[in-house]
Amino acid sequence: MSRMGFFTDSTLCIGCKACEVACKQWNQLPDDGFVFTGLSYDNTAHLGASTWRHVAFVERDKPLSQQRAGVGDFSWLLSSDVCKHCERAGCLENCPTGAIVRTEFNTVYVQPDICNGCGYCIVGCPFGVIDRREDDGRAWKCTLCYDRLKDDLEPACAKSCPTDSILFGEIDELRDVARARLSTLHAQGVGEAYLYGASAEDQPGTGGLNAFFLLVDRPEVYNLPPDPIAPQLKQGDAWRMVGVGALAMAAVTLFAAFSPPASRRLR
Amino acid sequence: MEARRRGATIIHVDPRFTRTSAMANVHVPIRVGSDIAFLGGIVRYILNNERHFHEYVVNYTNAASIISDEFRDVEDLDGLFSGWDPEHGKYEVESWQYEGVDSIVPAAGHKEAVGLPGGGGPGRPRQERRLAEERDETLRHPRCVFQILKRHFARYTPEMVEQICGVPPDQFLHVAETLCANSGRDRTSAFAYAVGWTQHSVGVQYIRTASIIQLLLGNMGRPGGGILALRGHASIQGSTDIPTLYDLLPGYLPMPHATYGADLARYIEANQAATGWWSEFPKYIVSLLKAWYGDAATKDNDFCFNHIPKVTGDHSHMTTVAQMADGKLDGYFVMGENPAVGSVHGSLQRKGLRKLKWLVVRDFVLLETADFWRTGPEIESGEVSPEEIGTEVFFMPAAAHTEKSGDFTNTQRLLQWHHKAVEPQGDARSELGFMYHLGRRLKQLYAASTDPKDAPIRDLRWDYPTEGPHDEPNAEAVLAEISGYTVSDGKPVPGFAQLAADGSTASGCWIYSGAYRDGVNQTARRRPRTEQSYVAPEWAWSWPANRRLLYNRASAAPDGTPWSERKKYVWWDAGQGRWTGLDVPDFIADRAPSYRPGEHDLGTRSISGIDPFIMQADGKGWLFAPSGLLDGPLPTHYEPQESIVQNFLYRQQCNPARHEWRRRDNPYHRAFDDPRFPYLLTTFRLTEHHTAGGMSRWLSWLSELQPEMFCEVSPALAADRGLRHGGWATVTTARAEIECRVLVTRRMASLRVGGRRIEQIGLPYHWGYTGRVRGDIANDLFAFVADPNVLIPESKVATGNITAGRRAQAGAARRRQLAMAAGDATMAEAARRSHEAPLRGAGPPLDQPSILEPKS
Repeated sequence: MSRMGFFTDSTLCIGCKACEVACKQWNQLPDDGFVFTGLSYDNTAHLGASTWRHVAFVERDKPLSQQRAGVGDFSWLLSSDVCKHCERAGCLENCPTGAIVRTEFNTVYVQPDICNGCGYCIVGCPFGVIDRREDDGRAWKCTLCYDRLKDDLEPACAKSCPTDSILFGEIDELRDVARARLSTLHAQGVGEAYLYGASAEDQPGTGGLNAFFLLVDRPEVYNLPPDPIAPQLKQGDAWRMVGVGALAMAAVTLFAAFSPPASRRLR
Repeated sequence: MEARRRGATIIHVDPRFTRTSAMANVHVPIRVGSDIAFLGGIVRYILNNERHFHEYVVNYTNAASIISDEFRDVEDLDGLFSGWDPEHGKYEVESWQYEGVDSIVPAAGHKEAVGLPGGGGPGRPRQERRLAEERDETLRHPRCVFQILKRHFARYTPEMVEQICGVPPDQFLHVAETLCANSGRDRTSAFAYAVGWTQHSVGVQYIRTASIIQLLLGNMGRPGGGILALRGHASIQGSTDIPTLYDLLPGYLPMPHATYGADLARYIEANQAATGWWSEFPKYIVSLLKAWYGDAATKDNDFCFNHIPKVTGDHSHMTTVAQMADGKLDGYFVMGENPAVGSVHGSLQRKGLRKLKWLVVRDFVLLETADFWRTGPEIESGEVSPEEIGTEVFFMPAAAHTEKSGDFTNTQRLLQWHHKAVEPQGDARSELGFMYHLGRRLKQLYAASTDPKDAPIRDLRWDYPTEGPHDEPNAEAVLAEISGYTVSDGKPVPGFAQLAADGSTASGCWIYSGAYRDGVNQTARRRPRTEQSYVAPEWAWSWPANRRLLYNRASAAPDGTPWSERKKYVWWDAGQGRWTGLDVPDFIADRAPSYRPGEHDLGTRSISGIDPFIMQADGKGWLFAPSGLLDGPLPTHYEPQESIVQNFLYRQQCNPARHEWRRRDNPYHRAFDDPRFPYLLTTFRLTEHHTAGGMSRWLSWLSELQPEMFCEVSPALAADRGLRHGGWATVTTARAEIECRVLVTRRMASLRVGGRRIEQIGLPYHWGYTGRVRGDIANDLFAFVADPNVLIPESKVATGNITAGRRAQAGAARRRQLAMAAGDATMAEAARRSHEAPLRGAGPPLDQPSILEPKS
C-alpha cells in the first residue's frame, strides 16, 4: 500500500475547530472538561488521549507579511495539530507489547485490545502526542481514521475542513502540493513560510513526518519542538553514556575502597 | 478563502480583530455605531476624486434625476431632513420626491408611506407622468441627485472619519483607494456583511450607504460585485421571501392595511406601480389568493381577499413583547427561536413570557424560553417564584433538518433541497407536519360552522398528500403549490411571467414561481460545477426565474456590449434580437438597448433599454431614495441611542425617527460623557456556538471548545479597571448586570475618538441558564430601541461599565439595579448627585414624542 498522511497548511486555517469536532464525533471521544483556559480561543489546550486534533491560537506581537492589522504590530496564527505518524515513531519503538503497529498505509496505529497501559510510549513521543486515558488506563492517539481508510474514505478532520487547510493523500503527492504552495506564498511576499517535517532531510530526528505542516513562525510558537528526535536514535549514545557512567562508578568505588574511611577522617 | 486564493484583497472592518481579520489583508478597527461616517467618507472620496464609474452612474442610477425644490438636507437643518413632523415624530416624505412626479413607488420598503391610498389620486395608479424630462445628464443641475450627494457628504473628510470612527486617515485612505482601484470596467468589488450590521437604530441606512458606494463604483448587477448579507441561520432569506414578518405576504407583497377596507381594488391601487415591474402586481396577489383559497376564491368575492387579516398597527417583535409584558396577549408560538436569550433585553422578554396564558415552544431541547419559569435569573434571584407564574408551557420536540425534507434558501436566493435521511425520533415532528396537522384539526373543528367569521378557515385549501409513519405532508407538494399551476388542469406554470390576474393561475409565492417547472423539483438539481459554466445554473434553483445575479442587465454597457471581456456576463445579441449570456438575463428578453418608451407608455412598456433596475418604477439604481424609507432619503451619521460621545456633525444626536419604548422596565442611558457608563458594549458570535445556544451548548464537543461566558477587553482597559486575565468581571448597563470571565487581548483596540481614548467591550451572546454549559446572558444588557424602517433592535451597541469580580449573587443587587434604573429622571438625578455637574444629553429627548408610552 502507499504512504498516506496529512499536509496541514496553517495559512489556510480559519480556526473553526471543525476538525476537532469531526474527529471526536467520528471516533466517539469524550470531552476534556469544560474549562475556560484564557489561552486565546483555545480551551482544549493540547493534544491528548481524548483530543486527537487540536487547533492552536497564537496571538503574536508581530505582524504577518502582507497583512495590515489596525491594532498595531499583531497577528493571530491558527494551526491544527495532530499526531505526526513519524517515519521513526518513538511510541511504536518503545511499545513492549506490540500494541502499536505500522499499518499498510504507513501510519502508526495503537491496537486498543492489545495495549496494556504500561505508558512507555508516552515518554517515547518527542511531540507529547500520545497519552493515557484516566478512565481506562490505555494509550490513545490519532488513528489517521484507520477504519475510514479501510473503506476508502478520507479521515474525518480532512473531510470536514472547509478551507482545505488539512489535506489528506499520498505523502509524495502532498509534498508536491506543499512545495508548490510554498513557492506561491514566497512569490506573494510571505517569505517567512516554510515546511515543517516534510522529509527526512528536514527532520532527521523523526525520519520525516507523515503529517507535516506549513508554518510562518518558529515551531516553538505553535508548541512544536524545533528539533524532535525519536529517543531510540539516541540509544547508542545512551548506552555509551551508561558505559561511561558505569566505568566512572567503578572508578569511584575503587577509589573509595582504597581511601581511608570518611568517618575516621572527620575525627 | 476562495476569493483570497484567487488573489482578491480582503478588507475587514470590525471593532474587534477576529478570526476573519486573521484571514484578511487589511483589518480596520472602528467604533461601534459609526459606520455611516466611515462609508460616507468613502462616498466623499469617490466623488471628490472623480473615481465614480461615470457611464454607469449617468445611465443606470438616478444621479441625473432632479429633486423637488422643497427638499432640504440635514446640512441645512442641523441634522433633520425636510418634512420632519415633531408632533408625530416622523417624516412627511413629499419634499423628497422627484421634480414633476406625483409620488414614486419604491421597489421595496414602505410603499404606503407615499400618499395613501392610491397616490396618484382616486382611481389612478401612481407616477403616471413620465420621468425623462426631469433629468440632467450633465450632472450639473444644483438639484440633481449627483450634486445633492456631493453636498451631503462634503463634511465626511478623512479627518472627520477619524473624529467619529476612531480610524486614522492613513488606514481610511488605504481602504478607500483599494476599493476604487478595484472597481470599474475590468474589475468589481463586493461588500459582505454579517447581519449585526443591520442591528442599529440606523441599520437600514448602513446598507443604503454601502449601496451608494456600489452604485457609484458600478459594482451592482455585475459578476463579483454586489452587497451580500451573510445570514446567521439556514434559510433566513427564505423566511423573508415566504415571510415570518407581520407586514409582508409571500413574495414581498405588502400585508393589507385596515385602511384599504374590504377591497382588493384599493389594495392593488395602493401597491401597484404604473411603470416598471411592479405594474404586474395584480397577477401576483390574485395567484396567491387562488393558491390559498382554491375554488372558494372567485372574481365576485375579490378572490377571498377579505380572508386575510388586516394590519392595524405595529405588530413587530418588540412591540408584541412589550404588550405581552403589559398583559395584553394570551398566547405565543415560539418555533426555532430562543427570545429569552437571543433577543435584546432578556428580562423584559421573560417578563412578557410570565404574563401569558399559554406558550408553545417547538425546539430540540428544553431551552431557556421554555424553562424561564423554573430556572430563569428572576427565579434564581428570588424576584419571582414559579408559583406566581400562570403561563402554561407546551413543549413540542422538533425534528432536525436531517429528519425532514424541504428547501433552504440561502443569501444568494438559491433554493437548495435537502432530503430526509432518517425518521425523527420519539415525538419529534417537522414544522410542516405540525402546522399541517394543526390546520387540519382546526378545519375539522370549524367544518360544521356556518358563521361567516369562520369562512377563512373553512375555505382554506389544505389538501396536501401525507406519507410515512407520522403522516407527514409531502414537502414537494407544498413546493409545487408555491411554484404555481394553471387552475383548470393543475399543470405547473413555467414561471411568474405566465401568472394571470383573472384567477386562472395559482402560485403561493410569485418570485418562487418556476421552482417546480415541468413538474420537476428544480431545487433538487445537483449537477457539479465541473460539468457546467462557473455560474452553475443547474445547481439547485434561484429566484427569480433561476437568475443567479439580479439586475444583470447592468453587466453590459448601455449599448448592450459587455463592459469588458474580463467581466462579460449578460449582453445583447443583435443578430438574434435578444439578450443572452452566462446567466438568465434579468431584463425583458427582446428589449433592445436602443428602445425608449413613449411619453404615455405604462407597465413593462415603460422600461427603457437602459433601465437595468426593473423593479424600480424609473428603472434606475437609487443613490437618493425619494420614497420607501422613513428616516431620510440619504444616509447620515447619527449616534446610537446610547453613546459615549456627542454627535460631531449636528445637534441632532440620534436618528430622530427611531422607535423608542419608553417604559419603566426599559430604561435608556441617554447621557454622553457619563463616567458611570463610560464604555461601549457590543455583542458578537463565536464559531463554536450557534446563536442562543440551543443547538450547541447542549453538546459536549462544542461546549468544551467555548465553555464559559467571557468578555474581550483591551490591555489598556484591563489596566484601568484592574481586570485580571482569566478572572471574573461584572458588566453593567442601565438595565442589567452580568458576570463573565475576562479575556484580555490585543485583538481589542483602544481607539482615539474626538481626541480621547475610548474603550469597547466585546461580549459573545451564546450563554443562558439551561444546557450543558451555562452563563449570564449578554443580551440582557441591551434595550428595546429600533430602526424605524424594519424595526430591527439596536442590539450591537450600548453604554456600560465593567468592574473586576463577580456580581452579587442574591436578588438584592438586581433589585437595586432595577430600582436605580427605574427611569431617566432617577438616573440623571443619581448621576447629578454623584458628579454634581449635570450630565450632557441626560433626560428625555426633545425630538420624539412619547407615543409609545403605555397608557397604564
